[in-house]
Amino acid sequence: MSGHETYLLDRTRTAASHTLEVYRASGGYQTIERVLKQPITPLEIIDEMKASGLRGRGGAGFPTGLKWSFMPDRATDQRPRYMAVNADESEPGTCKDRVLMEEDPHGLLEGCLIAAWAMGLEGVYIYIRGEYLECHRRMQGALDEARAAGLVGSDILGSGFSCEINVHPGAGAYICGEETGLMESLEGKRGPPRPKPPFPAGFGLWGNPTTVNNVESIFNVPFIIERGAEWFKNIGVDTSPGNFLCGISGHVEKPGVYELPLGLSAKTIVEEFAGGVWQGRQLKAWIPGGSSTGFVAGSLIDTPMDHNSIKAIGSMFGTGAMVILDETACIVEASLVLARFYEHESCGQCSQCREGTQWLTQILARLESGAGTLEDVDMLEHIAGGMTPGKTICALSDAAAIPLQVALSHFRGEFEAHAGAGCCPVTDQSKVPVTDQSEVKAQP
Amino acid sequence: MALSTELATDFAALAAKYPERRAALIPALHRLQAMRDGWLSPESIEDCAEWFELEPVEVYAVASFYPMFHLAPVGEHVVGVCRNIACHLRGAGRVLAEVENATGAKAGSTSENGRFTVETLECQGACTAAPMIVVDGEYIENIDPAGVGEILGGLE
Ligand SMILES: Cc1cc2nc3c(=O)[nH]c(=O)nc-3n(C[C@H](O)[C@H](O)[C@H](O)COP(=O)(O)O)c2cc1C
Ligand code: SF4
Ligand code: FES
Repeated sequence: MSGHETYLLDRTRTAASHTLEVYRASGGYQTIERVLKQPITPLEIIDEMKASGLRGRGGAGFPTGLKWSFMPDRATDQRPRYMAVNADESEPGTCKDRVLMEEDPHGLLEGCLIAAWAMGLEGVYIYIRGEYLECHRRMQGALDEARAAGLVGSDILGSGFSCEINVHPGAGAYICGEETGLMESLEGKRGPPRPKPPFPAGFGLWGNPTTVNNVESIFNVPFIIERGAEWFKNIGVDTSPGNFLCGISGHVEKPGVYELPLGLSAKTIVEEFAGGVWQGRQLKAWIPGGSSTGFVAGSLIDTPMDHNSIKAIGSMFGTGAMVILDETACIVEASLVLARFYEHESCGQCSQCREGTQWLTQILARLESGAGTLEDVDMLEHIAGGMTPGKTICALSDAAAIPLQVALSHFRGEFEAHAGAGCCPVTDQSKVPVTDQSEVKAQP
Repeated sequence: MALSTELATDFAALAAKYPERRAALIPALHRLQAMRDGWLSPESIEDCAEWFELEPVEVYAVASFYPMFHLAPVGEHVVGVCRNIACHLRGAGRVLAEVENATGAKAGSTSENGRFTVETLECQGACTAAPMIVVDGEYIENIDPAGVGEILGGLE
């Protein structure tokens, strides 16, 4: 499966790919120029986006064209309108948007401009997680270049169309990746998500119509408009067209961010792209698409990586960030790592989530230490069941509960083996195989 | 301590990006923290509140929500160790032990000589280069625990 068509990362292989000069040399900004001069009408663009079938790459897989069409009609709604590009990228395992922003920031800006034209936006804010200093520098640099070239600001390329684009830093809170938490944060507030409805298209930034899209979603836009929905639909599978950026990490020989067609089997990705499970070990479990999607049994590694196929095995495609666990990994310990994360990141508005994430962490810590009981395993299931589905203001509660439910459905025996064991029966801390340094050194 | 002219100019430039001044609060707090020894003192919170025409408690409420803001003094260098799933699987436990050893500070504290603050971090979006640490905001990826002492010892 090497030799598949690529487009997302092609430009990143050129030196100085982040500069305007190099971007222009590869045909950059010609699509927005054509859109504005011809012009291709906003409606035509939204129709093309709908026809392409692009599904959002931020985790939920929502169709991008459809989302854009939710913005109210300009004729009846004169309020200013905005887009927030979600570059918060905090879902554990996920590190793909970073590559695009660092290596091809102008590609993202061109996508923003086309989206801005299609939805008639006054402003675009790129909300970048605070820790991504290099992304921030690169995006700001690209923005300065684009502004100087008349591509951002008022009367873009003499078309009469104006749009401001700005970058905005977060400050380390995962919950601000949730779209309404992001908007609160962008407004200079704490980041607890807003109840929905109202939805962002009706009441978003400063109470105005707003669309929130992931970096990779927007990055796909210029390609779709330039090459057409038909071209796009020929890549990937019918229900999930296009390529996606697959960040694969954990126990593989060659971790990395790979551009792959949707629908490729996870097994092919592990073996042909990521160099296989490291140190010749056996695969034990894998996370399909970021921490919220859970630990799936290694026996299901044949599953195609697309939204519907991963859903069919009881998990989610999520952000397409695969994490691989070899035979030495302890699922209870790994579940504890994630539970602790969600406990830390819960904003505390909903009792199911606030209390649930704390209880899960406490019980998992007890089980992992070998002091838990069989009742604890049932209790985990019971608590997780109370946290999902759709019982809370946002999906963080589900994101915390589902990985545990998935882990329990595939590895219940391992949880039970911890009960009353007196120590972790998998890693047995005195041997410490999971964090043994010889493993780290052995990587290429 | 009032805001320096330089900071006030910076804040104004930040605020110009938004239809409402308050939206510049988080970028402004980042700037203030960077200019004032890496943490936000009560005076800094007050200065910021004054410029934004907010109550200090409102600014405090925001700053305390975000892990990147420090509300207590920090050492000369802040060393963060990611311990989320990808780093965990590739040896974050050993890395943290080495960092604690090299700095003389346990996670969540500052060394007695005031040189290092050590903290644990959640996923930093560097999972394909795990394990990783963050030193004064810059990522050090694919870190070898055996090399931690040398890296930290070599800081100014
Ligand atoms: C707790 C939580 C965290 C999220 N974090 C992110 C994130 O870091 N980046 C992102 O693009 N979407 C994130 N999302 C999804 C967003 O809410 C939203 O669905 C997405 O940005 C929409 O973009 P898309 O339609 O292009 O996928 C998160 C959702 C939840 C519930
Ligand atoms: S589900 Fe959790 S994170 Fe989301 S709003 Fe409720 S308490 Fe906050
Ligand atoms: S888990 Fe450490 S950077 Fe993602």
